Formats: sequence, structure tokens, C-alpha cells
Amino acid sequence: MNLYSAGKVAFRSLRANKMRSILTMLGMIIGVAAVIIMVAIGEGANQRISAQIASVGSNLLLVLPGSTTSGGLRSGFGGAPTLTMADARAVGKELSSVRAASPTMRSTGPVVYGNQNWSTILQGAAPEFLEMREWKVVSGRNFTAQETDAASKVCLLGQTVSDFLFGIEDPVGKIVRIKRSPFTVVGILDRKGQSPQGQDQDDVVVLPITTMQKKLSGSAHVGAVGVIMVQAVDGDRVKEAERQVIELLRQRHRIGQGGTDDFSVRNLSEMLALAESATRIMSLLLGGIASVSLLVGGIGIMNIMLVSVTERTREIGIRMAVGARERDILSQFLIEAVILALTGGAVGIVLGAGGAVLTSQFAGWTTVISPAAVVLAFGFSAAVGVFFGFYPARKASRMDPIEALRYE
Amino acid sequence: MGNAAIEVSGLVKTYHLGDVLVEALKGVDLSIPSGEFLAVMGPSGSGKSTLMNILGCLDRPTAGTYRLDGEEVAGLSRDGRAILRRSRIGFVFQGFNLLSRLNAMENVELPMIYDGTPAPTRRERALSALASVGLAGRAHHLPSQLSGGQQQRVAIARAIVNTPALILADEPTGNLDSATSEEIMGIFQRLNDERGITMVLVTHEPDIALFAKRVIRFLDGRMIEDRPVVSRSRPPAPRETAG
Repeated sequence: MNLYSAGKVAFRSLRANKMRSILTMLGMIIGVAAVIIMVAIGEGANQRISAQIASVGSNLLLVLPGSTTSGGLRSGFGGAPTLTMADARAVGKELSSVRAASPTMRSTGPVVYGNQNWSTILQGAAPEFLEMREWKVVSGRNFTAQETDAASKVCLLGQTVSDFLFGIEDPVGKIVRIKRSPFTVVGILDRKGQSPQGQDQDDVVVLPITTMQKKLSGSAHVGAVGVIMVQAVDGDRVKEAERQVIELLRQRHRIGQGGTDDFSVRNLSEMLALAESATRIMSLLLGGIASVSLLVGGIGIMNIMLVSVTERTREIGIRMAVGARERDILSQFLIEAVILALTGGAVGIVLGAGGAVLTSQFAGWTTVISPAAVVLAFGFSAAVGVFFGFYPARKASRMDPIEALRYE
Repeated sequence: MGNAAIEVSGLVKTYHLGDVLVEALKGVDLSIPSGEFLAVMGPSGSGKSTLMNILGCLDRPTAGTYRLDGEEVAGLSRDGRAILRRSRIGFVFQGFNLLSRLNAMENVELPMIYDGTPAPTRRERALSALASVGLAGRAHHLPSQLSGGQQQRVAIARAIVNTPALILADEPTGNLDSATSEEIMGIFQRLNDERGITMVLVTHEPDIALFAKRVIRFLDGRMIEDRPVVSRSRPPAPRETAG
């Protein structure tokens, strides 16, 4: 018997018991849909983490100024201005495992253009800062090292700031006032979206750190910087860079053996990698739970196929009497099981995809339906059909034709 | 053809029914030449059904030999017997044994589905088999829409569609009234006369056995009588809308 005739025979007998076939498929439908939705949610979470990693920049270390005791009060990390421009320069130039380093400083202040004003974050940095954060300039240009050395009054606007101050007008070349000083807008930054902490990263103005120190902050500690951002040469040498930075700064700050660091180093990539592995475990777990329902669906198919084989004992006997071989009977029932599983799987994929879209719309989660997951789900349904259909089909094919013909 | 269609010797069949050993056939020797029309009679439990199952290659003998057209078939595998059944043997049962979901034509096509006959040929041969039993107009009826006699004729069409050398009929008229029984027997006689198909028929009814050419009788697993039919019955002139 060829596959086509076998398929037709199988399809007919499934149609003869419509309700039962549909209910049996329902198990597969729910199972496959659950797997598709769960994998889509897991995949979405993964992608979001990856996007966040990309938005922060790769292989980054943050050097924070450390705590010092002043007047009996211990302020936290970042509380005392222990890092200097010179430190930043040394870290960037002297260490083999460091590609670049940028001193940074943050404060807030109003930015005014015409009759519009917007209070935003002022980010002082070196020219390398943008490249380290993989932050593109979409219009205009970055500020230069010369402008940094000269403490020029130039700035780059984040998308949010640009939108609020200028609307559709092109800001490049315009003069804005930051804390009453006039600044030339030299460029517009690419959109970054939310930070891992949920802040709008585009609500920012970036300017040379020297300008910020000299023209904007009335800080007592001249030459002090906030955070030094350090980029390792590659992902394998982040740890090494961390060690070298600590060593160098201890040397420069003359901290002896056993002395407490007056700075601290944070490894950003490591934190994100941790988050990434957490979501991966999460999505594996979700997929695993969903797979259980697929298994239950398979057992449902096996159950119904066993009932069907018993019910159709006489039919099997007749088919054997007119010359069906073992493998003809086997393939007939196996194909029935596979049709049940595959149809259920296909409907499940469609429902699962729909469910994933609804989830992302109503719950606001990112979901990603990967073609691999769809192919895998379909293949897995076929495998479930073969696996759970085999035992009933073999039982049918092994029947004694005489007994089967006598069956009432 | 000088050689016998069926040559059986020393046929023994024993079953285990729980702890009890049942001897269904206790050494049967039987020769059925090609073109024979044989009626097998005997009370239930006499071993005639067992003999039919072995002749039909549905079962294997415990001991003895069975030659079908000179070929030893007692030792064939399950699949070997299945192939033999679909190519050489036609079955007609007391209960018709049609598949209720399939229409008359599809039921007749069934043996050809398993030997890979292409669909158009299947259709054509099924329709001609149905026509030869007088059911040309009922090809698309389901068994439930046919009378008993018509269902049995569909079963006969199914039995002859692969042009077998042998038809085994197990009480084919057991569920039919006497007029319909005679019609069915008439069809068998015609197939036997015109196509030379060897017929083996099991029956309880002596007047049905009279349609055959030869009658054998079983009792307790042995053949106790083997005689030719002297005055053969013939069916009455066929009615056109019979059944």
C-alpha cells in the first residue's frame, strides 16, 4: 500500500470520528501552543537583555570614586571625589588590557533654546565616550580632543532633548543655553531607549568633561571626575583589565599593602551576563513545563489509538483476510496517529503565535517567534505521533486474523 | 491442468484452550482438483472451520502439508500468507464482513489497495466485478443501504476482483433467506463454470450443499464421507431486479 492510499484511509477513519479526533488533537494543540508561547516569551526576554547589553556597550568597567571618612560621616561609593583626570588618562594610556578610558561627570541642569526649556542630565565625557558606549551620532559630529582640551562650549543632544527643544527643527549648529552659558550643538545622538534600570537614556546632553568642570560646576575639587569608564581590549581580558586598573590606581593613590581602596571597580558586562543566564534558565524552565503538556497530548493520542484499534478489530481482520500485511496495518494506524499529532501541532503553532502576539500586546512583554521554534514544534509533534502511535499500531498489526474476524 | 489445485495430507491442528489440548483436525488427507466445487459439511466443532482457515492461509497447520497449485504453503510467514491471500484466494463470509464506512466499490477495491494497483485500474476492475454479480448500479451505496443478498454479492465481487484461483465461502447463505441463498449459489456456480475458479463452501444446509459437485463431511476432526453430488441443484432463472 503506498503512502497516499494509506493517508487517505487514515484520514477517512479520523473523519468518521470527528469529535473524538478533535478532542484528541486538543491535547496536542494546547501542548504545542504552550511551547510556542513560552519559547517566544523566553526568546523575547533574551533579546531584551541582549539589546540592553548592546546599549550599555561591551566589555566595560566602571571605576567609581570610593568612600572616605570625612567628619565622621562615611559617604557611599561615589561620594568623594577621589578620581582625577590624570587617573583617567593613566588608565587609558598605560594599561595593556585597556582599549580606552573616559572620565565622566554627571549633573543636571536646564537647557534652553528660544522659549523652550528642558531640564536634563548633563553628561561630561571624553570624545572616546560615545564609541565605548557604541553610541552613534546620527547628525552632525562628535566633539573633538582639541575641543576637550580647550574646554569649548560644544554639546551633543540626546533624542529626547532634541525632540523637546527643537521639534522638527534641525538643532545642529544652533546655540542652546546650559545654565546660562551658550553652547553650540555639534551633533545629535542616536536613539538608545531605556537603560536596564528603566531610565530614558536619550534624555541627556553630552559635552566635554573639561568644559563641564570649568564652566558649569562650581566644584571645589578642580580636576576631580565622577566615574571613569574603562573598556577592555576584548571580552576575554575584562578580568585582566579590572586587575590592572585596581593595581594602577592603588599605585597612583599610594595605597599600601592592606590599605583600603578609595575607589571601586564595577564590571558591567559581568552583571549583564548574569542577567542573561538567569533569563536563559527561566526560558528553559518555561519550555520544559510546556513540554510536559505536549507529553500529555501524546499520551492522549496513544489512549485514543488503543481504543480505536480495539473498536476496529473486525476491520483489521477483514483487511488482513483480503491480503493486508503487518506493515500495511501498522502504517495505517501509525499514519492516523501522526495525522492527529501533526494537525494538532499545526493548529497549536498558529494559536501559539497568536497567543504570543496577544501577550506582547496586553502584557507588554517582548515576544519573539523564531522560525527554529516553529520547525522544532512541528517536528516534535510528528515525533510524538510516531512515538505514541507506534505501540497501538503494532498491537493492531500483530493481531491474529482469525480472532480478529470473530470479534464482535 | 493435471495437478490438483489443493493437495492436503496428514493435516493436524491442535489448540491449547487453557490447559486443555483440543485436537481440531486429526490427520486429514484431501485432494481438490482445479475447477472443483466442494461443499464441506459437519456439525459445529467438527473441524470444518479450522480446515477452512488453513486452506485460506489464515492459519497454519500443526503438522501435515498443504500444497496450493503445487506450492507448499504450510510453512509460509505471516506476510507470505497475506500476499498469497490477496493474489490467489477470495473469501466470502457468513456475516459479509464489509467495511461499513466504505461504499460497495471501495469495499471491492480493498484487496487491490494492498498490492499497489493504481487507482484508475482499481476503479475499473471493481466496477466490472460488481457488474458481474449484478450490482453495476449500486457501486456508490454503503453496505447499510443494501439488502443482505446485495451485501453478500458485494463480498463476492471483492473475492473475485483479484482473479483468484480459489474461493473459500464460510456459510455464505447462513444469514440469507432461501430465495436469496439460491441466487448466491447460482453466482458461485457461474464463477465455477465460466471462470474455472475452485470453490470450497462450508454449509450446514444439505440443500445448499447440493449446488456443489462434491460433498465431504467432517466429524470430530476427521473426514468421514466424500461423495460426488449426483443430481446438482441449479438456481431458478435469474430475476432481473433480484435481491
